[in-house]
Amino acid sequence: MAAPEAEAECEVVLRLDDLVVEFPAGGGRTVHAVSGISLEVRRGETLGLVGESGCGKSTTGRAIMQLPRPTSGSVTFEGRDLTTLSAAELRALRPKLQMIFQDPISSLNPRRRIPDIVGDPLLVWGRGSERAKLVPEVLTAVGLDPEQVADRRPHQFSGGQCQRVSIARALVLDPEVLICDEPVSALDVSVQAQILNLLEDMKRRYGLTLVFIAHDLGVVRNISDRVAVMYLGKICELGPTEALFDHPVHPYTRLLVSSIPSMETVTGADIARADRGRGEMPSPVNPPSGCRFRTRCPLATERCAAEEPLMREVAPGRIAACHHPVLATAAEGV
Amino acid sequence: MPETLAATAAAPRIRLTRTPWGWWVAWTWLGAVVLAAVFAPLLPLWDPTIPDYRAVFSGITPSHWLGGDTLGRDTFSRVVYGARASLLVGICAVGIGAIVGGVLGMIAGYFGGRTERVLAWVTDVVLAFPGLVLIIAIVAILGASLPHLIGGLAILSVPTFIRLTRATTLVVAQREYVQAARAYGCRPLRIIAKEITPNVVLPVAAYAFIMIGTFIVVEGSLSFLGLGIPPPTPSWGGMIAGGRAELLRYPHISLFPAAVMFLTVLSINYIGERTRKQFEVKESNL
Repeated sequence: MAAPEAEAECEVVLRLDDLVVEFPAGGGRTVHAVSGISLEVRRGETLGLVGESGCGKSTTGRAIMQLPRPTSGSVTFEGRDLTTLSAAELRALRPKLQMIFQDPISSLNPRRRIPDIVGDPLLVWGRGSERAKLVPEVLTAVGLDPEQVADRRPHQFSGGQCQRVSIARALVLDPEVLICDEPVSALDVSVQAQILNLLEDMKRRYGLTLVFIAHDLGVVRNISDRVAVMYLGKICELGPTEALFDHPVHPYTRLLVSSIPSMETVTGADIARADRGRGEMPSPVNPPSGCRFRTRCPLATERCAAEEPLMREVAPGRIAACHHPVLATAAEGV
Repeated sequence: MPETLAATAAAPRIRLTRTPWGWWVAWTWLGAVVLAAVFAPLLPLWDPTIPDYRAVFSGITPSHWLGGDTLGRDTFSRVVYGARASLLVGICAVGIGAIVGGVLGMIAGYFGGRTERVLAWVTDVVLAFPGLVLIIAIVAILGASLPHLIGGLAILSVPTFIRLTRATTLVVAQREYVQAARAYGCRPLRIIAKEITPNVVLPVAAYAFIMIGTFIVVEGSLSFLGLGIPPPTPSWGGMIAGGRAELLRYPHISLFPAAVMFLTVLSINYIGERTRKQFEVKESNL
């Protein structure tokens, strides 16, 4: 997409094409959680996925994992479309595609011991004999002392330590892609930094590709190479982290960026400030016509209600789905 | 001075963690009943089925500790042997019901969809069916015997266990460790066995305990109606029924077995209820 065609093809490890996830909401209505997302994740990068609560970013993460399978669209992992694979074929690919979750406590079975939790994936894959070697190795890698945790259960650990155990469990099968669903949102700020550093270390050590889902822009800015901004089940802007944060083109991205608490004056804050009173995200059961952000957008026109904006390159290297991208500042920046 | 301060500070903490005396009384009583029932043939007791004509209607005597019944059989011995029948019915029926219902409930809760709908339908049918009518039908067709009684009661307890485990499974299956297990390729049956079962066992066990108490009473009622364990095998319900004719003149014949049953069921309920509460507190702390 953003990258020149030559390098894009061979390096893309994960591709979402027109991914749609819908849930029945009772009474014949449907929740449009994810409505046609297309993304490419390149090998070795960290792709940030940001948006407000309920915008469908976690659903996207789970749809990549096929938990549950998406309603339509495709998820191509290393050249194979996961949505068309049989259950057995999909299971065979699972070790390469791992996920860590938001709630570190709920991520670990309270009735099992730490080494059992971390070694279980190996047992599932008939590699039980390797546990003695690999489990202490991966526990050490995530900064836990294998001897100390040997007899412990999850409730004897802090949230940060539990998240380390989750990361260890995800890494023990040596995956290619790690999907991190708000992995630090439930942690203290000081612990957040530790876990983010750990993820960076692990990414280097295990050669991972990360999809990092979060609502905290500061966190995403820190860890991501590229960022996709989601609003109400759609991607509205996609770009390199620095450019996107310094000069957002989509009005929604501007709103998000300006809402980061900061000591300095933020570019575009005026637009955002004017907008802040405009209320909350509409319901995904009945999303607005045309551009989904138009009900809150200060720049919205009639065209935005009639015609859905498509993802397009609005400025060199900048992709956004907007009829009225804020190009003045974008031009300065790029 | 510092000593008293420490004492007053520590006092409430001790009270919080102290086990109430009722807990120990209940366990002691239950332990005694179970031990007596298990080792009944080894104990120096009268034969529970052979009458001693000197003891007909007798009250408490040195040789017959709880007196004799209408045929002169030793009440104490019959209470001990009756415990075997009552406990066997309660534990076996609930055990079978808990295992069958537990497995079906976990399957329904985890897989959902059509499996769940079919099981919910079967559950509703069994729950809507009058329990007593089912037991009477079984006894009428197959005859009154211990296995038939256990089977009938087990069938009656299955739906409740299905509902209980299904509800617990629904909660546990949403936990992220179950999602994680699916993500690393754990097969559904293994997830049920490894991740869900350990979390379902405690609430099921606590409820099963209470259910055992209920079934002991149910067995008593059925025996009283002549639908339970056939004589001469002693059972508590049968003994209470046996004293019915002389209830006004010799109430102790019915009263002793009734009192033993009452205390046993009370102990079981108390222990079960307390275990359940303790478990609930732990769960809410998670």
